[in-house]
Amino acid sequence: MSSSPTLASRLKGRSELGVALLLGAAGVLVLVDAIALVTPYSKSDPVGPKTLPYLVAGLLIVCAIMLAVNVLRGGQGEAEGGEDVDLTHPADWKTVLPLAGAFVANILLIDWAGWVISGTVLFWGSAWALGSRHYIRDGIIAVALSVLTFYGFYLGLGIPLPAGLLAGVL
Amino acid sequence: MDVFSSLMDGFATALTPMNFLYAVIGVLLGTAVGVLPGLGPAMTVALLLPVTYVLEPTSAFIMFAGIYYGGMYGGSTTSILLNTPGESSSVVTAIEGNKMAKAGRAAQALATAAIGSFVAGTIGTALLAVFAPIVVKFAVSLGSPSYFAIMVLALLAVTAVLGSSRLRGFASLGLGLAIGLVGIDSVTGQRRLTFGQPLLADGLDIVVVAVAIFAVGEALWVAAHLRRNPLQVIPVGRPWMGKEDWKRSWKPWLRGTAFGFPFGALPAGGAEIPTFLSYVTEKRLSKHPEEFGHGAIEGVAGPEAANNAAAAGTMTPLLALGLPTNATAAVMLAAFTSYGIQPGPQLFASQGPLVWALIASLFIGNFLLLIINLPLAPLWAKLLQLPRPYLYAGILFFATLGAYSVNLQAFDLVLLLVLGALGFMMRRFGLPVLPLILGVILGPRIEGQLRKTLQLSAGDPAGLWSEPIAVGVYVLIALILLWPFLFKLIRRNRPAAMPAGILAKSGSSEPTDAGGSGSHGSHRADATSGGDGDGDG
Repeated sequence: MSSSPTLASRLKGRSELGVALLLGAAGVLVLVDAIALVTPYSKSDPVGPKTLPYLVAGLLIVCAIMLAVNVLRGGQGEAEGGEDVDLTHPADWKTVLPLAGAFVANILLIDWAGWVISGTVLFWGSAWALGSRHYIRDGIIAVALSVLTFYGFYLGLGIPLPAGLLAGVL
Repeated sequence: MDVFSSLMDGFATALTPMNFLYAVIGVLLGTAVGVLPGLGPAMTVALLLPVTYVLEPTSAFIMFAGIYYGGMYGGSTTSILLNTPGESSSVVTAIEGNKMAKAGRAAQALATAAIGSFVAGTIGTALLAVFAPIVVKFAVSLGSPSYFAIMVLALLAVTAVLGSSRLRGFASLGLGLAIGLVGIDSVTGQRRLTFGQPLLADGLDIVVVAVAIFAVGEALWVAAHLRRNPLQVIPVGRPWMGKEDWKRSWKPWLRGTAFGFPFGALPAGGAEIPTFLSYVTEKRLSKHPEEFGHGAIEGVAGPEAANNAAAAGTMTPLLALGLPTNATAAVMLAAFTSYGIQPGPQLFASQGPLVWALIASLFIGNFLLLIINLPLAPLWAKLLQLPRPYLYAGILFFATLGAYSVNLQAFDLVLLLVLGALGFMMRRFGLPVLPLILGVILGPRIEGQLRKTLQLSAGDPAGLWSEPIAVGVYVLIALILLWPFLFKLIRRNRPAAMPAGILAKSGSSEPTDAGGSGSHGSHRADATSGGDGDGDG
């Protein structure tokens, strides 16, 4: 750490330290939770419910520290490739955030408005976020998928998805 | 009952019209979803899990057999017709397969892949039918100490052997084990990591975890890096092979099978190593070595056979020991458990008809793949042209549907999003997904065996090595964990063999921690966690 570059410059471009932080936080969380467990020693269960959490917490915290050291020394995780993945351009948050937004909208709507509406919002919103601009066609596909899965699950699989606002209609 | 008559009974069960129909549906669904870019076999099984929930177990598993092989096969079509493979196991197939397709021989590449998969799958399933009962016979003599050791081996081997960074593998394993801890402790009734949330008391549903990490994580990750100009799909007619192709393919099929099955059956064997070994072998043995790199049919036939034989091999430890060795098997194990069925040596005794029906339907599924997929190949190729916004919107749509339909509570969707974000982060920073999934599934089992072991020995840690098999497995674990360290020692003692220039270069420019300065870190992480493993002994 005492070498010429300052701490700030070392931290620059090291977003992977966030992973180490997350690991460490998870480790501490598991540790605190395990300490809070109250169990009298019992002969029939000498291991008890605390042993594994302690080991897991230890593993997480050790990994967090090692990863932090590794990243500060210049180590870097390899981002995953794939058929539709182009790693040459940076992460495109303008796509990811609306996509997550469509997902959240579905969570908020599903129990109140029902699957047919929330599923339509999810599909249409996701397709829009991913760059589709055929508003009408997307809408038709979204409604068709939602209605089909609603009846498919209800009639075919016997799983009643929530009907919500359309309870009388469907 | 001997293997043959049990298997015949299995066929009798699997070939009833309804069950046969489920097998056909399974193969079609499995292939269709497996062909789609971005969806590997593990994700295919996870996404289709809810569909099977309403079926009775036998029918459900027959459908699963179809989905399993269909998903495996679908991946190879993608890697031949598109430029880049999605699955690590079809990386090798893509090398020659895509070259063949570009040279106008896509039909032959697909044909040798399909027929090779059939040959390897059939031989592999036959080996499974023969070996699984033998493994079971051996496994019933094992007690908790041995099971504990074997499960620890499976976890550590997957974490330490696969992937480019051991440190990141262990980080992923830790996260998985932590997720597996959530819920009420089965022995004492204590709530662990539930934060007072009653909805967390039953633990995290494995379907939700798998769908989140595989499907939602992948969709978000692809969304962030979506290719602006989609890859060129090579048009293809009906697959066929000429006489010369058959002559050049049949030996690689058999050799590929020989590589694939044993590796698939080993913990952490997987399909990557045997497909690569097969490729190298075929390149060396080929009469046309000059064609390699320009579309040699042997380079498709061998690795594809190895891939499918490994898929069959994976079923051996899964059925006989309850031990998943890859992500797909882990999800299958989750499926078994959700039906209240515990894979393992007792399974063959308690659920004999079901197991043999499953094995029989693996044969049937394999055969169906061949006769369905050869004529349908052009259709599958069309699936590859699906507009990407629809594909990934559809993945999110069905992931949501699948996760929600398990318990019908919106809370699961919150978990889905949170864990999906975790999956995104893992892809961004190179944390392998497999150790996490195995950690979630094996963690609670390992804990159970550990407690049973120490219960039997009345708290004496010596109980852990009270069985010879357990001791042997611990030696293996030690070897796996210490291997990079030993390797380094050997290399250091032979300075002439490794010029210092290479070492220095890898230290300064290697982006991963696989070599050079970073690797010190990962060794220490390994040693420490190895110490942890011994510590609970």
